[in-house]
Amino acid sequence: MSKLVLTGLGKTFGTVPAVQDVSLTLQQGEFVSLLGPSGCGKTTTLRMIAGFISPTAGTIEMNGAPLSAPNRVVAPEKRGMSMIFQSYAIWPNMTVAQNVAFGLKLRRLPGEDLRRRLDRILDVVQLGHLKNRYPAELSGGQQQRVALARAIVIEPEVLLLDEPLSNLDANLREEMRSEIRRLHDAFRITTVYVTHDQAEAMVTSDRIVVMNHGRIEQVDDPVSLYNRPRTRFVAGFIGRTNFLDGTADTGTIRFPGFTARADLLPEVAGLLHGPVSFSVRPQNIVLHRAAPADANGAWWVEGRIAERAYLGEYWEYVVRPAAAELRLRVSAAPQSVYETGDAVWLEIDPRRIARVPSSEV
Amino acid sequence: MSQTELTRVAAVAMPTRRRAFDPALLLWIVLAAVLIFLVVNPLFRLVQLSLEDTDTGAFTLMNYVTAYSRQRYITATWNSLALGFWVTVLCLIFAVPVAWAVSRTDMPCKGAIRLLVLGAFVTPPYLGSIGWILLAGPNSGWLNRVWMTLTGAHEGLFNIYSFSGLAFNIALYSFPYLFIFTSAALDVVSSEMEDAANILGAGTLRTTLRITLPLVLPAILGGAIITFLEAIALFGTPALIAIPARFNVVTTQLLQFFSQPIRAEVAAAYAVPLLLITVGLFGVQRWLVRRRGFVSLTGKGGDRRQMALGPWRWVMLGYTLLLLSLSVLLPYAALAQAALAKAWGRGFSLDNLTLHNFHYLLFEHETAAQSVINSFTYAAAAACIAMGLALAIAYIVSRRLLPWAGVLSFVAMAPFVVPGIVLAIAFYAAYAPPPLALYGTATILILAFATRFLPIGYANADAAIRSINPEMEDAVRILGGGRLLAIRRVLAPLMQRSLIGAWLLVFIPATRELSTAMFLYGPNTRTMSVMLMDMSEEGNFESLAALGFLLLASTLVIVGLASGLLGRDFMLRRERG
Repeated sequence: MSKLVLTGLGKTFGTVPAVQDVSLTLQQGEFVSLLGPSGCGKTTTLRMIAGFISPTAGTIEMNGAPLSAPNRVVAPEKRGMSMIFQSYAIWPNMTVAQNVAFGLKLRRLPGEDLRRRLDRILDVVQLGHLKNRYPAELSGGQQQRVALARAIVIEPEVLLLDEPLSNLDANLREEMRSEIRRLHDAFRITTVYVTHDQAEAMVTSDRIVVMNHGRIEQVDDPVSLYNRPRTRFVAGFIGRTNFLDGTADTGTIRFPGFTARADLLPEVAGLLHGPVSFSVRPQNIVLHRAAPADANGAWWVEGRIAERAYLGEYWEYVVRPAAAELRLRVSAAPQSVYETGDAVWLEIDPRRIARVPSSEV
Repeated sequence: MSQTELTRVAAVAMPTRRRAFDPALLLWIVLAAVLIFLVVNPLFRLVQLSLEDTDTGAFTLMNYVTAYSRQRYITATWNSLALGFWVTVLCLIFAVPVAWAVSRTDMPCKGAIRLLVLGAFVTPPYLGSIGWILLAGPNSGWLNRVWMTLTGAHEGLFNIYSFSGLAFNIALYSFPYLFIFTSAALDVVSSEMEDAANILGAGTLRTTLRITLPLVLPAILGGAIITFLEAIALFGTPALIAIPARFNVVTTQLLQFFSQPIRAEVAAAYAVPLLLITVGLFGVQRWLVRRRGFVSLTGKGGDRRQMALGPWRWVMLGYTLLLLSLSVLLPYAALAQAALAKAWGRGFSLDNLTLHNFHYLLFEHETAAQSVINSFTYAAAAACIAMGLALAIAYIVSRRLLPWAGVLSFVAMAPFVVPGIVLAIAFYAAYAPPPLALYGTATILILAFATRFLPIGYANADAAIRSINPEMEDAVRILGGGRLLAIRRVLAPLMQRSLIGAWLLVFIPATRELSTAMFLYGPNTRTMSVMLMDMSEEGNFESLAALGFLLLASTLVIVGLASGLLGRDFMLRRERG
C-alpha cells in the first residue's frame, strides 16, 4: 500500500495561490525531494504534509487514512511524523540528550528502552560524547546531527526535511547530504525532502518532484530528470543547458544558422511539423576543428568561438553558428584549447538531446 | 462583527479537528473583554462625561465652555505649551551633544557617563525637584548660600520657584529620552557613510553637518516630540514648583478641578484637548520615525569608528559631567544630606547627622510605612496583570492564531498615547460611580497602573516572542507534543530572562507612578509618590528627603539587579519608541 498520497492538493493565501493541484504518491521507505526555486510552493506543500498548514483544496492520506482536507485537519502532534527545520529548531534550553529523548519521552517509553535507543542513535550520528552539552556549545554541523537524531529516533511514519542544509557552509553541506542518504538507507523511513539545491536532491533522492509557480513540473528519478526533462523549466533548472528553437518541416528542422535532419532523432522520426524545441547539455556538444568526413548519425553545426572561460575542471566556450544570433554554451576538456574567433564544428548527438515544449507554447 | 461571523472567519483561517469551537477564540473573547474594561471603556466614559450634564445626563457642551471660559484656565494651557517647548529646547541642548560624544567620539569615561544617564532616567522627576528645591530654593538653597558666601551678596542667584526653574528642572530628567533616541540612531549610522563623503572630498565638519546629522535628524525630532509630550503630561514637578510659584499648568489645573467639590466633568472637558494634542503629535512622531527608511539605520555592516577629538574631548567631558552633576550628583547629595540631617539648613556636620528621619517614617508616622508597602505591592500586581495580558495578546498575534488579533495589539498599545493624568480621570469617570464604586481602592490603582504601563509590557513581550523562531514550537508539535506543552517546555524557558526584564520595565515606573495615583488614591491607599506630595505641603524636608531616599535607593537596587540579569544598558535601549 502507498504510504503517503497527496491528491489535488492546493493552498491559497488570501487570493494568492501558493500551491495548485499537487498530486503525488510515496511508497513505503521512499525518499522524495521537492525541488524548486524559492516561492515555488515546496515548503508550503511540506508544511501541509506536516499539518501546520491546512489545504484549501485536495487531500492528504497516510496509510489509507485521511490526514488533511480543507475542513478537517489532523493536528501535527497526532500524525506520528517528524521534521527537520531550516533553523534546526534545537531547543537551546535542553542538552543534546534531552533534545533527542524528547519525542521518546512523549511516547512514554520505559527508561531502559529509552536509554538504549537514545545511545544507539547518538552513536549513529556520532554525538555520543556530546550528549550532555547544550546546543550553544555545538558547531553548526553538530546541531544538524542533533536535529537528525531527534527526528529519526522516534522512527516516524514520515520524515520531513525543510531545507535542512541551507545554513551550512559548502563543505559541510556535501558531507551532510551523504549522511542524510546514509541514515535513510539504514532506517528506511519514508522521507520528503525540500530543497532548492539540485545537487542535494540528486544525491539524496529516489525520486525528485520539480515544482514551479506552485505546480508540479515533473516527477522522476535523478537520471531521467536530467536526461529527459519534459519542460523547459526542468531542463533549465536541473543543470545547465542550451535551448534550440526551430521549425520542423518534411524531415528537416530549420534552426537559426543551421538545418538538421529530423530522422536522426530517436523517437519522433518524420512526424514533426511546426515549431519544435530541444534542450542540449553543454557537455553533450563536442567541438571539432574540421568538418566531418562522415556525419555519423549526428547533427553537425559550423560556427565560431565567441567567448571562452577557463574554469579549471573544464573550458566553457560560447559558440555562435554562422550568421545567427544563437549562442551555444559548450563544455570542453581542459586540454581542448580554442582561441576566441576560431572556426569550429559542433557535433550534437540527437540521442542525447531532449525535446521540450516549444517556446511559443 | 457578530460572533457567528467570527467563528466562521476563524474556522476558515485555522481549521482544527473540531471546527465548531476553537479554544483560541475563547481566549480572544476574554482578552478583548479585559481590554475593553481597561482601555476602551474608560476613554469612552471620559469623552462621554465631558459631554454630559451632570444632573440630567443630557448632551451639552457647557463643560467645555466652563473649562475654557476663564482667563486663568487658558493661561494654564499656554503655560503648558510654553513649558513643553522650552523643556524640549533645553533637552536638545543637553542630550544631542552628549549622545554624539558618547556614540561617535573618543571622549573618556563613557561607561560612567552611561551609568549616570541611566541614573537620571530612573530618577522620579519629582524627587529631582525636591533635590533642586534644596539646592536652589530662594536664599536657603545650597547653591544660593554658596553664591552669597562667595560674593557677599544678600540675595540668592537662583530661584527654582519660577517658570524657568520649572523648565530647567523638568529638562534635567527628560533629556535621557532624547539621549536614547539620538544615540540609538547614531549607533547604527555606519562609518562607511561618512567615509563615502570623505573620499569625495568632504571634510569632517561638512560630513557631520551634511551626512551624519541629516541621517539622525528624524530620530532626534521623534525624540523631541516625545520629550514635549512628557513635559506637558508631567504632574509632580509642576505641583512641587509651579504651585508655590503661583502659576498653573494643565496638569495642576486638572488637580484643582479635582479638589472639593470635585468637578470631574469639567476636568474631563479640560483633559480632552490634552489627549488630542498627544495623539496627534504621536502620529507625527510615528510618521517621522517611519520615514527614516532610506537611511542605513536598519543596516548592520560597516564598523563604527570613533572620531578623535584631541583636546576637545576634555571639553566634551566637562560639559557632560556638568550636566550630569546638575541632574544626578548634586540633587542626590542634597537629598542624602537632608535625609540624614536633624535640620538640613545646618549643613554638613557630625552633630547634625541622624537616622531619626527614617525611624520616624517607618515606625512613628501614621501612613508612611503603609505607603511604602502599597507602592511595591500595587506595582508588582500591576506588572503581573500587564505582563499576563501582554503575553497572551502578543502570542496570538505573532502566531496568527486568529484573524483580527491585530485589533487587540492596537488597543493594547493605545494607552501609550494617553497621558497618565488623563488616564486617571478616565478611570475615575468609568469606575468611581456605582455599581463598581472603585474610587480610592487598591483595585482601581492597580488596574490603572496596569493599563498605563501595558504598552511597555506589550512591546517587550512582543519582541520577546518574535525573537523566538516559531519552528522551536513546531518541532515540539511534530514530535507529538501539544501547543501547551510547547509553551511550557520551550517557549517559557527561552523567554524567561526577557520576561523578567519586561516585568521589571513595568514594575519600576509603577513603583513611582504619581499622576495616575494622585487622582485615584483613598485614605488607605496612598503610595509613596502621593505621600511625598502630602509631605511637601507640610514643609518637613528632612522626612520628605528620607522617604525620597528610600524610593530612590530601592529603585536603584532593583535597576542594579535587573542590569546584572539583563545587561547594563537594558533601560537605555530604544524599545519603546
